[in-house]
Amino acid sequence: MGLDIRWPIGLMFTLIGALLAVFGFAKGAESVSLGININLIWGAVLLVFGVLMLLGAAKGGKTPPAA
Amino acid sequence: MQAIQLQWIDYTILIAYVAFVIGIGWTLARYMKTSSDFLTSARSIPTWVTGLAFISANLGALELVGMAASGAKYGISTAHFYWVGAIPAMVFLAVFMMPFYYGSKARSVPEYLKMRFDERVRALNSVAFAVMTIFASGISMNALAKLLHSLLGWDYNVALWVCSGVVLLYVLKGGLTSAIYTEVLQFFMIVLGFAPVVYLGLKDVGGWHSMTTSLQTVATNPAALYLKDAGTTYVPNAWTSAWQPVLAGSTHNPMGVDWFAMIFGLGFVLSFGYWCTNFLVVQRAMAAKNMTAARNTPLVAAVPKMFFPFLVIVPGMIAAALCTMPDKGYRIPPAIVSEAAYAKAVAAVKNVNAAMPAAAVTAVHDAVGKNIDSGKIASLIAANAKSKLTDEQIKQGIYNSIAENDYDGVILSLVKKYCPPGLLGLALTALLASFMSGMAGNVTAFNTVFTYDLYQAYFAKGKSDHHYFVTGKVITVIGILLSIGAAYFASMFNNCMDVIQLVFGFVNAPLFATFLLGMFWKRATGTGAVIGLFGGICSSAIFHALTTTPGNLDATGHIINIAKGGYIHVVQVFPSEMAQNFWLAAFAFIACFTFTAVISLATKSQKTDADLKGLVYSLTPKIVDNDIPVYQRPAVVGIVLLIVCVILNLIFW
Repeated sequence: MGLDIRWPIGLMFTLIGALLAVFGFAKGAESVSLGININLIWGAVLLVFGVLMLLGAAKGGKTPPAA
Repeated sequence: MQAIQLQWIDYTILIAYVAFVIGIGWTLARYMKTSSDFLTSARSIPTWVTGLAFISANLGALELVGMAASGAKYGISTAHFYWVGAIPAMVFLAVFMMPFYYGSKARSVPEYLKMRFDERVRALNSVAFAVMTIFASGISMNALAKLLHSLLGWDYNVALWVCSGVVLLYVLKGGLTSAIYTEVLQFFMIVLGFAPVVYLGLKDVGGWHSMTTSLQTVATNPAALYLKDAGTTYVPNAWTSAWQPVLAGSTHNPMGVDWFAMIFGLGFVLSFGYWCTNFLVVQRAMAAKNMTAARNTPLVAAVPKMFFPFLVIVPGMIAAALCTMPDKGYRIPPAIVSEAAYAKAVAAVKNVNAAMPAAAVTAVHDAVGKNIDSGKIASLIAANAKSKLTDEQIKQGIYNSIAENDYDGVILSLVKKYCPPGLLGLALTALLASFMSGMAGNVTAFNTVFTYDLYQAYFAKGKSDHHYFVTGKVITVIGILLSIGAAYFASMFNNCMDVIQLVFGFVNAPLFATFLLGMFWKRATGTGAVIGLFGGICSSAIFHALTTTPGNLDATGHIINIAKGGYIHVVQVFPSEMAQNFWLAAFAFIACFTFTAVISLATKSQKTDADLKGLVYSLTPKIVDNDIPVYQRPAVVGIVLLIVCVILNLIFW
């Protein structure tokens, strides 16, 4: 099929990761669980995962879907 | 106790996820031109995608919720469902069975049965499968909608229809491809959504070592957590060793299972029966782009599957360990009690007659309607008499005294405990993703079997492809509506559902014997298969009617619930329902195997060797893997996976 699934996966996790990390950074007090700012940390992890997926898709040589 | 309040950030994550899955369906819609595109993905998908979809279709919400529940109830032994059950079966499917499924060009498992045996076997299998997928999907939808209702305060109907609506949108647009692609997305969502919860839980209990130490306390007195009846005790490693308690015998482990039932019943019959013959998962591999990709699909799936216990079972173990630490203020969620009942119980505690505190304990028990810890209620009443407690404190005290657990609530109680806003949205999205992947799996398997194996085979032969394409879409809508109906049915007639699941057990247990003989013994005949299947199903029903568990016998030795067996006569009492199930499966397999073999020998095969080429092992040219790299050869990868699996078993011996 003409869609490389890595594009939507990458896009979604980049978006959610960034959102979570920014929320964790801006609202540090609300984001703490067991003494760690889990939103910031996990947001960053998701962001890295998303970007890696996007890089993989780009390297795969297929263009992102037009839609 | 109170519903979780979601914030805008949680809703944003949830909506982003829903937007992406629907977007995938929409993007794929323009590639959907024939019935084959829609129902079988026209065999075009890369291995890693079908592999992750293979595992994700099986990873429904019930699995996620149920495995955490079993982790609390039984500990690390639950991992046998993975390390004894799933992995060897997946390797067997890849190495030995996929060549026939994929090579025969069958579009579904029932269609393979038609090619190998005859029309009767196909009809039997496809009808049973179609009914089963609808009920399976309905049962899981009902469970999810209930969970969302009790946890988030969402309306049951809204939760049911909205979740199903989203699945309908993307499956209807992009067919099987859409289901498979979103399953991959859902796979990552589930893993990345729950991993932080496991991490935080482990951190809270003080790490792995501290958790296992606490679980030794649980094992020596499981009644303290209301896990077992008072007085039950196990060896300290019953929750933390996978094999020693099982090898010690069925009374020495919380599952109540012995090694034969575990290895033959679960490991061989049930697991091979599920992973190797269930079209829901096999369909994912059949959508792969070539034979090598199809064979490698279950192997790719086996890699994450092997490590899933750490994601889905460990949370349950964390929950049990937390209960032993008073300073954590945690308990496994008690059986669900309505707010009105709590109010009545609180009133009973407050209006205690100082002369007769025992009457108040009885009143609380009547109000709650569940088993309660009388000692705890008595001290709660005493504490309230000494210095007035607030209603909220009394309610908390009653909550802690309910001596029955709602194990299905374990995973979400941890999510609630550890997740701040943001992460909470992510974890709930992961739960919804698991639900949707399970439902989409059921629906896409249902529409293929219904369209090709029932509609095309018996109602409308020889129509144009466009006709079946449209039929496939209509059946998708009908399938989802039927599942919603099944969900309402499950919510209204809980006991009927137990019976229905029981019947599925009877139908499924013998199935693997039919496939095994069909694929590896060319002499197996259609008549043999049909009679063998019926014989196997009847044997399991009779086996069930003659056996039961101690919990189903009242003081006089009479049966309490006929859905739990023993209604003809009690010949054998198994220590647990799980043991009863495993033995039933083993028995059904042997019965079906014997019937099929004997009847086959007594009947004449309708198929010539030429007919069976590509369908039976001995008549099919062996696949030569010399032209593909060593690390992609199914036999090589399969052996490596089995070795890793053995190592995991040894680590948690």
